[in-house]
Amino acid sequence: MHPAPSVIIFTSLSGIGFGLMAWLGFGFPPATGMTAFIFFFIAYALAVGGLIASTFHLGNPKNAIKAFSQWRSSWLSREGIMAIVSLFVMAVYAIGLIFLEQRWQIFGWAGAIFSLVTIYTTSMIYGQMKTVPRWSMGLTPALFLLYALAGGALLAGQVFPAALLLTVLTVVQYVSWQIGDTRFEQSRHTIETATGLGSLGKVRLLESPHSSPNYLMKEMVYIVGRKHAQKLRIIAIVLLGIVPAVILLFVPFSHMFAGVAVLSHMIGLFISRWLFFAEAEHVVGLYYDKR
Amino acid sequence: MTTLPQNTKKRLGLAIDLDTCVGCHACVISCKEWNTSNYGAPLSDVDAYGAAPDGTFLNRVHTFEVKADGSNAQTVHFPKSCLHCEDAPCVTVCPTGASYKRTEDGIVLVNEADCMGCGLCAWACPYGARELDKVEGVMKKCTLCVDRIYNENIPEEDRVPSCVRTCPAGARHFGDFADPESNVSKLSAERGGLVLMEAQGTKPVNRYLPPRPKADVSGDAQIDMPNPFLTPATTKPEGFLGWLDSALEKI
Repeated sequence: MHPAPSVIIFTSLSGIGFGLMAWLGFGFPPATGMTAFIFFFIAYALAVGGLIASTFHLGNPKNAIKAFSQWRSSWLSREGIMAIVSLFVMAVYAIGLIFLEQRWQIFGWAGAIFSLVTIYTTSMIYGQMKTVPRWSMGLTPALFLLYALAGGALLAGQVFPAALLLTVLTVVQYVSWQIGDTRFEQSRHTIETATGLGSLGKVRLLESPHSSPNYLMKEMVYIVGRKHAQKLRIIAIVLLGIVPAVILLFVPFSHMFAGVAVLSHMIGLFISRWLFFAEAEHVVGLYYDKR
Repeated sequence: MTTLPQNTKKRLGLAIDLDTCVGCHACVISCKEWNTSNYGAPLSDVDAYGAAPDGTFLNRVHTFEVKADGSNAQTVHFPKSCLHCEDAPCVTVCPTGASYKRTEDGIVLVNEADCMGCGLCAWACPYGARELDKVEGVMKKCTLCVDRIYNENIPEEDRVPSCVRTCPAGARHFGDFADPESNVSKLSAERGGLVLMEAQGTKPVNRYLPPRPKADVSGDAQIDMPNPFLTPATTKPEGFLGWLDSALEKI
């Protein structure tokens, strides 16, 4: 799949933003006043910034408002609605904390749960795609939720939970890559099942239907850049999990080192999200004899 | 509403004959011509005369080679357009309600006035039936020529999809798969109509009629392809030429 920057930025930033919001909603850290303002400002900037980035890849953004209408069947629609609901509920909680020194915990819990549901709905936009076997597994939502909770804990300054979650995330990310690598074969989709011609023999593409790549190939048969995938996986896992976890556990706390841990995690997150798209193979590639 | 109808009164679709298709791409062109000038936004071309021409098409013809061990390879031209699935995943993923499946005849359509061009429906389709138009920014797909098949302003013989009407080989057949007595249902039953990528669970309506078995022309079973039924002409000259031939042989 084409790793569009807008979608990578959207899933990464809003994921970590809603993750931070979940921690703040549950009362970690129990900040009020100016400190609370800074925490909520970061959470809203990331979550809303990500959502805005997601509109950049739309062909016809003037109809984006209609995306809130089809929650009955569409995960993308549910995602939009849950994001807005979370942001509003959390705003009530944040206003109480920042301006009134009041902790309206019911709004905090509700906002935190809604934030986690938002992350789940984001993950299901991809997890529901039967056409992309690598995404279509239970580990996809698990991975998105772990990224959000671990990154959120890191931003919320929750040293021990963050170190633990980053370690779990590192393991789950590794396992997801290993299992993901086998998903296309397991799905048993081949050029023979795609064309239905398997009973007649081995099938290959003799002539392409068009002379230069079209929308389908650019969007779904993206195979550029996969050759460095193994190296990028190692870089991603070191930056997103190992470096920040080591800093949290073994380096005495300072804002500078916390900043390094966050930066390292974010770069690792972007690389792994790039791989999430670039390595995903869509079954339509079979009609082009490509994966 | 992007929830799918429980069942549709009709199941209109195509039976595409892979045995008769000659790969001329006439259906590709006639589809583009009809659909760029009728329902919805035109089908744009970008850099049409340049180095990397790119355009929106609702119908594409792939050409495959099929070869079994020990036999000759065979060429199969493979037209591909929307299969108007019963469980169309492109419809349910749509966040705006632009994509829908018609209850009356099962045709899957995009209401371009509602489409925001997110492209998720194209991701959900295993067959590559949907293309986002670069210029208009909305999703385009086969409409089964919904503006022809019910159109009383055109002659009756033209009230079929443009690709079906234009095919010079008669490889594309249009009809109602819900009616077991329809031309397409009978053809599909007779020829063992294929379902593409059945494991995706999309329940496509369109059927592909597989190529018929070919005569074995390998090894001993040599057949004179242009004149398979003619006995070989005599090669031995007669009369004076015959005498001359044998006389010259003896020298």
